Amino acid sequence: MSKFKKEGKKELPTISTASLPDIIFMLLFFFMVSTTMRETDLFVKINAPEATEVQKLEKKSLVSFIYVGPPLNKKLGTEPRIQLNDSFHVVDDIVSFIENEREARDEVDRKFLTTSLKVDKDVKMGIVTDIKQELRKVGAFKISYSTRKKMEEK
Amino acid sequence: MASRKTPEFSASSMADIAFLLLIFFLVTTTMDVDTGISRKLPPPLDPNVKPPDVKKRNICKILVNSHDMLLINGKPGELSDLKQETKEFLSNPNNLPNLPEKKIKNIEGLGEIPVSLGIISLKNDRGTSYNMYIQVQNELTAAVNELRDELSMQKFGVRFSKLTDDIKIKAIQKAVPVSISEAEPENIGDN
Repeated sequence: MSKFKKEGKKELPTISTASLPDIIFMLLFFFMVSTTMRETDLFVKINAPEATEVQKLEKKSLVSFIYVGPPLNKKLGTEPRIQLNDSFHVVDDIVSFIENEREARDEVDRKFLTTSLKVDKDVKMGIVTDIKQELRKVGAFKISYSTRKKMEEK
Repeated sequence: MASRKTPEFSASSMADIAFLLLIFFLVTTTMDVDTGISRKLPPPLDPNVKPPDVKKRNICKILVNSHDMLLINGKPGELSDLKQETKEFLSNPNNLPNLPEKKIKNIEGLGEIPVSLGIISLKNDRGTSYNMYIQVQNELTAAVNELRDELSMQKFGVRFSKLTDDIKIKAIQKAVPVSISEAEPENIGDN
């Protein structure tokens, strides 16, 4: 037993930090994979309503978004505005917006195009109804009302 | 005591670099998956074609006014009752004469099955809040989903959402259709 004692050091051995980068890299890769970069900057405030019966939007590349909500910039008032891509628009612009979105897709995929309506929950239905009428006119029948998943209280 | 082996380079800064990247992705990450309630809009109405006549018993009228109050078939109702009432309307379990008719249809994968002819007519005011509208749509979807679940349990022994066979999914979807008709917009009252 005494031969071990001879070699033993007094000070504590330092903990190896060599595995620390590995752990951090693991976390890093997780976030890199799960991250989705936002493509457009939002100019309107969107607080989506909650619902329990939600479906996932499939094929993100085949979805065009219409944002409706009060502008973030307070100088523009509080009336809900429509944002398409990167700027404010009026209801009449939706037809050309959808046509542009169609142009950008393959011919095969065009009929699968979905329009996702991202609307703030305090917006009145009037503007949403107008948008829906425009979408009907241009033939974009597949829509999805963007909602957050409500956690069930049980 | 000079060692021959190459000196080990310090890996401690590696963690710092990785941390930096990690924090960048933590900040930029948005975990939200886009979710929503899917609907299909009807094609624009042809003014020359008269809308088909639907028997009164086959229609359930739901009105939402600008104060977010509900009227279900002429009676004021609560959002919490909507799902139950819709389910009863669409399934008509006791074949009551004032609830919708059923038509026997032959569906691939299910055989002959009675399919309800009931239509839910949803009408909202321009002043209805979007939140209320979504809540109503949500309750209606919940009613349809529950009916689909029940039928799927009865026929295949699994819940509708757990079905993987495309034919079975299509069959259930045909047997319990989402028959929600949204009225042409009209301005009811101010705001």
